[in-house]
Amino acid sequence: MSPSGQGRRVGLVESIGAHLLLIVAVAFALYPVLWVISLAFSGAVEPTARVIPVPIEPTLEHLRGVAFSTLEVPGGPDRWLFGLQLANSIVISLATALVGVVIAVPTAYALARFEFVGKDSGVRALLATQMFPAVASAIPLYIILDGLGLLGTRSGLVLCYATTAVPFAIFQLRGAFETIPRDLEEAAMVDGATRFEAFRKVVLPAARPAIAVTALFAFMSAYNEFVLAHTMLGREEMYTVPVVLQRYISEFSADWPKFAAGSLIVSIPVMVLFYIAQRHLIAGLTAGGVKG
Amino acid sequence: MVAVTARTIVKRFGATEVLRGVDVHVPDGGFAVLVGPSGCGKSTLLRLLAGLEEVTSGEIRFGERDVTRLQPRDRDIAMVFQSYALYPHLTVRDNLAFGLNLRKTDPATIASRVAEVSAMLGLDHLLDRLPRALSGGQRQRVAMGRAIVRRPQLFLFDEPLSNLDAALRAQVRVEIRKLHDQLGATSVYVTHDQVEAMTLADQIFVLNKGVVEQVGPPREVYDRPRTRFVAAFLGSPAMNFLDGAQVGASGLALPGGQTLPLREPGQFGAALQPGRTVSLGVRPHDFVVRADAPDLRVAVELVELLGPELQIHARFGDAPLTVCLDSQSGVRRGDTLPLAVRALHLFDPATGLSLRA
Repeated sequence: MSPSGQGRRVGLVESIGAHLLLIVAVAFALYPVLWVISLAFSGAVEPTARVIPVPIEPTLEHLRGVAFSTLEVPGGPDRWLFGLQLANSIVISLATALVGVVIAVPTAYALARFEFVGKDSGVRALLATQMFPAVASAIPLYIILDGLGLLGTRSGLVLCYATTAVPFAIFQLRGAFETIPRDLEEAAMVDGATRFEAFRKVVLPAARPAIAVTALFAFMSAYNEFVLAHTMLGREEMYTVPVVLQRYISEFSADWPKFAAGSLIVSIPVMVLFYIAQRHLIAGLTAGGVKG
Repeated sequence: MVAVTARTIVKRFGATEVLRGVDVHVPDGGFAVLVGPSGCGKSTLLRLLAGLEEVTSGEIRFGERDVTRLQPRDRDIAMVFQSYALYPHLTVRDNLAFGLNLRKTDPATIASRVAEVSAMLGLDHLLDRLPRALSGGQRQRVAMGRAIVRRPQLFLFDEPLSNLDAALRAQVRVEIRKLHDQLGATSVYVTHDQVEAMTLADQIFVLNKGVVEQVGPPREVYDRPRTRFVAAFLGSPAMNFLDGAQVGASGLALPGGQTLPLREPGQFGAALQPGRTVSLGVRPHDFVVRADAPDLRVAVELVELLGPELQIHARFGDAPLTVCLDSQSGVRRGDTLPLAVRALHLFDPATGLSLRA
């Protein structure tokens, strides 16, 4: 047999091996998701232990039950509760991402580019805040929000989320700005830009992928956050979706199919967001700007 | 176009003094090359001219205008960076138009200038591409185009060729000089490459440790280096040096016992007092083979064929010596080569200053 034929055979075996491994990995990753889907569409009330996750007595009842939950308003028409709660989640998460990025971009840029008094100690202090879990600050945050009269409000929760989103975004973006060559800004300034114009017209576009990732991350962590939301929000119409979902699983009863249906619905906005952000996440946007 | 004058420029970064009282004058339309080893301060000087750094003390004038404290954008300059610094998110067209857009030039003028420059540099077919879709040479051209399109008073080049391969570098070097002759704009060019310095410059400024060691046209700096540093820095292969030669009645007594006759002692004037110790410098190309009356004999250790010439690594006593001869000269390893010296440089061993009168 020719050496090349041998090589091809080894390649085939390797390829089959690799694919088997990948199939197992994919199955491993997807299995729980498939279970959630099957549960959400199953008519049977109690989930049963089955190997293959396919819906039993397929139905849309749970999805409807979750999505069209209503809130009775005394003396008025009922309000669409789940819509309200989903909107809460999206608004709060978007606001968190916005606040995080808006504050972090100039801060990170200053940390990446300028030398100033207190820079190092500031960065260290910022880093120190990242060492504590967000839950550790729940009680002080509760007291502060109470003092500000923001307890149980969306803006109050955004403020809480910003305390972790902003420092994280600053670190993320500082790294991104440091990778953008100074030459680019200097070229812009020689070309006639002010420092701010150089920042706005050259640095920001070059950092766009990093900013998109940072915003997405801030959105995701706010969207998924449970403990603070559960602590700070008192009324049902203010809840975010993690709190809503958790309430299907209580101490005395567990409505798994509704929980599963809810999980499916709330993951839709995230998928949409990723789809939209894809365009901005193109790696290597800065490639080719400098050197070869 | 404008003349550039920098007077007694001092630049410190913290405790480090990078430039120690540098004077530069480039006449209107001149092409000045700042050359020197890494860390000599040449790039810093260029950045001071651009306004990207602030002088610690000293004064910079463009023509009559004092620009010492002006922002880069107010200096009416263009700069080509070593990294090219093309804006990665903009097409070639927008890269070229960037500066004009910032200055609110009207769109028709921008379009015509971009068209003119892209034709001049052969960028027409690349105008809608992003920088990442260009080769190194093309990027370099765009960077040049971005400078030219603005029609500035002064061009600054910061080692613009060092990221190109050798063949392209030679080609672009010629183009830069042609463009300069065509546009007539005053240019200041930083390089550590002495070939670029020699070929491009009207005036070479050799910098060393934050001071200008010598200024002059390339020929003069090459033929009459004022210091041993300049002599060693310019020329490839580098000049050979022999330390510890002593001035005698009939010539220079070399450490190995041989005597090197001085053919034109007049050029050194009164510096040649008998008994004085000097350092002696000979460029590799200033040796000729002379069997009848050789100035010195050297032992050949290695012969490299470089095409048109031989680069011979030899030894004279303990000192290594490089000699360049015609490739037809038939020198082999192990030969003892009788050489005469065509041109000789003498330096004060203590100060490094040339002893030429």
